Amino acid sequence: MSRTLRHLALFALACFFLMPVYVMLVTAFKSPGEVDVAHMWALPRSLSLDTFAVVWPKLRGGMVNSVLLAVPASLISSFLGAANGFVLAKWRFPGADVVFPVMLFGMFIPYQAIIIPLFQTMSDLKLVGGLDGLILVHVVYGLPITTLIFRNYFLGLPDELVESAEIDGAGMLRTFFRIALPIAAPAFAVSMIWQFTSAWNDFLFGLILTRTEFWPVTVGLNNIAGAQTVPFNQAMAAALLASLPTLLVYLLLGRFFMRGLMAGALKG
Amino acid sequence: MQLSRRKLLGAALGASAVAVLPACSNSGGDTKTAKKIEVYSWWSGPGEGEGLEALIAEFKKNNAGVEFVNAAVAGGSGTQAKQALTTRLLANDPPDSYQLHAGLEAATDIKAGKLEDLTYLYTQNGWTTKFPKGLIDKLTIDGKTYAVPVNIHRSNLLWYRPAKLAEWGITAPPKTWSEFLTQAVALKAKGIVPLSVGQTWTQLHLLENVLLGELGVPKYNGLWTGQTDWKSAEVTAALETFKKILAVAVVSTDDWQPTIDKVVAGSAAYNVMGDWAAGYLQGAKALKYKTDYDVVAAPGSTGVYNFLADSFTLPKGAPHRAQAEAWLKLCASAEGQDLFNPKKGSVPARLDSDKSKYTDYLAWALAEWQNTTTIVVGSFTHGVVANNAWKSEIEKAYGVFVQDKNTATFADAVAKAYAANK
Amino acid sequence: MRKRKFRSWGPALLLVAPSLVLLGIFVYGFIGWNAKVSLTDWKGLTPSDTYVGLANYRELFADQTFRNDTRNLLVFTVVFIGGALLMGILLALLLDKGARGESVWRGVFLFPMAISFIATGIVWRWLLNSDPGAGTTGLNTVLDWFGLHSDWHKSPSAGAITAIALPAGWALSGYVMALFLAGLRGIPEELREAARVDGASERQVYWSVVRPMLTPVLMSALVILAHISLKTFDLIYAIAPLDARTETPALYMWLTSFRGGFFARGAAIATLLFLAIAVVVVPYIWYTSRKERTR
Repeated sequence: MSRTLRHLALFALACFFLMPVYVMLVTAFKSPGEVDVAHMWALPRSLSLDTFAVVWPKLRGGMVNSVLLAVPASLISSFLGAANGFVLAKWRFPGADVVFPVMLFGMFIPYQAIIIPLFQTMSDLKLVGGLDGLILVHVVYGLPITTLIFRNYFLGLPDELVESAEIDGAGMLRTFFRIALPIAAPAFAVSMIWQFTSAWNDFLFGLILTRTEFWPVTVGLNNIAGAQTVPFNQAMAAALLASLPTLLVYLLLGRFFMRGLMAGALKG
Repeated sequence: MQLSRRKLLGAALGASAVAVLPACSNSGGDTKTAKKIEVYSWWSGPGEGEGLEALIAEFKKNNAGVEFVNAAVAGGSGTQAKQALTTRLLANDPPDSYQLHAGLEAATDIKAGKLEDLTYLYTQNGWTTKFPKGLIDKLTIDGKTYAVPVNIHRSNLLWYRPAKLAEWGITAPPKTWSEFLTQAVALKAKGIVPLSVGQTWTQLHLLENVLLGELGVPKYNGLWTGQTDWKSAEVTAALETFKKILAVAVVSTDDWQPTIDKVVAGSAAYNVMGDWAAGYLQGAKALKYKTDYDVVAAPGSTGVYNFLADSFTLPKGAPHRAQAEAWLKLCASAEGQDLFNPKKGSVPARLDSDKSKYTDYLAWALAEWQNTTTIVVGSFTHGVVANNAWKSEIEKAYGVFVQDKNTATFADAVAKAYAANK
Repeated sequence: MRKRKFRSWGPALLLVAPSLVLLGIFVYGFIGWNAKVSLTDWKGLTPSDTYVGLANYRELFADQTFRNDTRNLLVFTVVFIGGALLMGILLALLLDKGARGESVWRGVFLFPMAISFIATGIVWRWLLNSDPGAGTTGLNTVLDWFGLHSDWHKSPSAGAITAIALPAGWALSGYVMALFLAGLRGIPEELREAARVDGASERQVYWSVVRPMLTPVLMSALVILAHISLKTFDLIYAIAPLDARTETPALYMWLTSFRGGFFARGAAIATLLFLAIAVVVVPYIWYTSRKERTR
C-alpha cells in the first residue's frame, strides 16, 4: 500500500475517532443557551474559556486525589504483574499451569457483583476512608490483567536468556531484576496505560471506599454530568479536563514505549 | 542504563508510597465526638446545588463550629449514587442524614429498620399543621413519620410555546388525551411532531400522567393500593391510548432537556415533563413564562397536583445525631425552605412560606399547591406511590411491553409484581 | 523446561503467593459470597439467611427479560469483538510500516480510552440520535450524505444493541491497535527479509510470516475484549439507561439489586455470569497452557 494511501486512510480513521472529541470540544465552548442536540456539529459562536474556569474549581481536588490514586496503583500492580508473569513464564514451579488460570479468572468479575462484600471486608479491615484502601483494591483487581500481559510478553522471549543467567549462578530475583525487568519496557508501557486508565476512570470504588475529601475526579465529573439538569457545556468541559492526565500518560509512555521497542529490536 | 531505570522505578514506587501516607484511612477515631455532619443528597446540578449551598451557609451560621460535609452525588434517585448509599446502609455505616423521595421509596429502608421515627420532631416543632395533611400522610407509614419534606415538584404538566400553537392554528392545548390525538392528526399533516418523548424514565413519566388523565383520581390512586384492577377494561383502554400516543410521538433516547428542546425549537408541539423544566427554560434557554413558553396541567388532570417531594431522613445510628436534628429543623423551617426552593425552582412544602419569593411559573404552582380544592396525588416515576421493589418490577415489565406491545401481559406482570412485593 | 529443585522454585512460589492470597479473598471469596446469597431469598435491606435452593435460578431461566438480556449480550459480544479486532488490526497494520508523526497517530487512537464513560455516554447518546427529517443529527448527519438513516432505537433488540457496540469498539480499538503494533514490532525484520528474499510478496510476508507469530497477541486481545464485553455496564448505562432493548445481564443484575433490592436475584445473575465465563475461558486457558508446555 502506497505511503500516501496509508496516510489518507489514517487521516480518515482519525477523523472518525476524533468525532466525539470534536463534539465535546465544540460543546464545551458554547454558552448554555446555544447547546442543542440538533445542532451538535455547529461551531460555537464565541470561544470563551469561561466554562472551563467554572468547572476547574469543582474538579481540582478530585484531580489531586486521582493522581495520588492512579500512579501508585498502576505502578504497584504493574510491578507485581511483571513478577507474576515472569515466574509463570520463565521460572516455573509445580502447579504454575494451574496458578495462571486461577489468577486470570479474577479479571472477569463485574464490579457490581462484589461491591457489597468488598465494602464490608474493607470496612472490617479498617481500610475505608482514605486512599490506601482504594489503591489496594485497584492493585488486587489489576493483578490478573497485568499478569496476563507480562506472562504473554515473557513467553515470547527466548528461554536462553534466563537459562544463561542461571548458568552464571543468578537466583530468581536477580534474574528478574537484572535480565527480565529491563527488557520488559513495552509490556510495562501497555500495562501502565491499562491500569492507569482503569484506576483513573473508576467511579464506583472511589465513591464508596473513600471519604468526601478523598473522592477522585470521576465523582466530581459525575456530579456535573449526571445531575437531573445537566449543564452540557460544563459536562463536556469537565470531561475534557478530567481526561487530560490520562492523555499525558499515553503521550509520555508512548515515547518510552518506542525507545524500549527499538532497544529490544536492536539487541536481536 | 539498566541500573538507572531500576532505580527510577524504585524511586517512583517509594515516592508514591510516601505520597499516599497522609491519605491513609484513620480508623474513625475522630468521627463520633467531633462536631461534624455528613449529609448525603443528589443535589449537585445547577439550581439545586446553589440552593443546597444556601441551606448549608444558613446551617453554619446557626451552628458555629460544626464541620459540614456535603456529600452530594448526582443521580441519587435510583442511579449510581444509590449504590454507595445502599452499601453503607448494609454495613451499618450511615451518613448523618440522607435524601429520599417522599413516599414509598422509603419503605425498604423503613422495613429494614434503617430510619428513625421522626414523629417526635413533628410534635416538638408543631410541624403537623405546617405541611399539607396529604403530604404528611404520604410520609407516614404505620403511624410513624420518617422524613422531613423540603420541596415539592409537580409531574403532570404539559409544556408548549403559545406563539407556535397559534402559528399552527391551535387555539388551546388539549384538555383530554383524545383531544390531543385529534390535534396530533392535524399537526402531523403539517410535519410537526405532536409530542416529544425521551429515554425510558420520561416514557414512564408520560405513562403515569396518561393513566391519571384517562382514569381520573380515584382509579389512579387505586392502581397503587391494589384497589384498581390493572387487568380491568378501563386500565386496558388507558394503556391502549398510551400506545396510540407513543405512536404519534417521536420517541428518542435523549435526556429530558434535548427532548423539551424540540418544543423550544418548534419541531415538536408538546412535551410532558415535571416542573424542573421551568428552571431550565427560564435559565439556560432564557425564555419568558407565558410569552415564550407556557404550561398547563397534563390532559385530563386539571386541578390535580401529581406531586413528588424531596425529603431528608435521620438514619438509625447516625454518628452525629444532634447536628442531624439541627439540619432537619432547618430543612423544615420556613426560612430554610424559602432559601432553598427559589434557587432550586420548586415549591416549598410548608404552607406558611413567603409567597413573594416565588415568581412566574412558581407563583402559579404555589397557588395550586396551597389551594384547598386542588387534589393531590403521588407520582409513580418519582417514588411516591410505589416501593422500590415493585417500581423496579414495573420498569422491567415496561421493558418487555415496549418491545412486544402486549397490554395484557404488561398489566398482568404489574399486578403480579404488586402482590409479590407488597 | 527442565525440572527445578525446590530451592530453585521455592522463591518463585513465594513471589506469587501474595497475589494468590489477595485474589483468593477478593475474587474467589466474593464469588463464593455471591453464590451463597443467590441461594437465599434476600430482598430489601435486611440480609436474609433463608435458603431457597435453586429457586432464583429457576425463576431466571423462565424470565423473559433475562432471556432477552442474554441474547443482547451475545450479539453485543460478537459485534464488539469483531469490530474492535478489525479496527485495531487495521490501524496497527497501517502504522506498522512507519508513518510520519506516529506518536501523534497513536495518541489519537488511544485517546478514546482515556475519557471516562460518564462523559462519552452523553456524547454518544447524541451521536446515536435517530431523529428523522429536519431533526437529523449526530452520526445520521454523516449517513445522510449517503442517503442513509439509522433508526436503531426503533429496531428490535439486535439492531439496538449493535448500535451500542459502536462506542464500545471506539473506546477499545486503540488498545487493540497498541497490542498488535507491539506484536508486529516484536517480529524480527530478518524473518520478513528472509521471506522477501525467497520471493514472497509483501502480502504473502504478512500472511505466512507475520500472522502465525501474532497468534499469542490475538489470543490476548480476544481474552481482554471478551471479558470487557461481558462486564460492560458503565457504557451501556451511560448511553441508554433503563432501556430494555440494550440491556444485558450485567445491567439487569445491577438494576435488580440496587434499584429493586432483589439482592438474591442479582447474586444469581452474577453467579450465572461467572459460570458462563468459566465455561468459555477455562477450557481455552487449559488448551493454550498445554500447547505452550509441549512447545
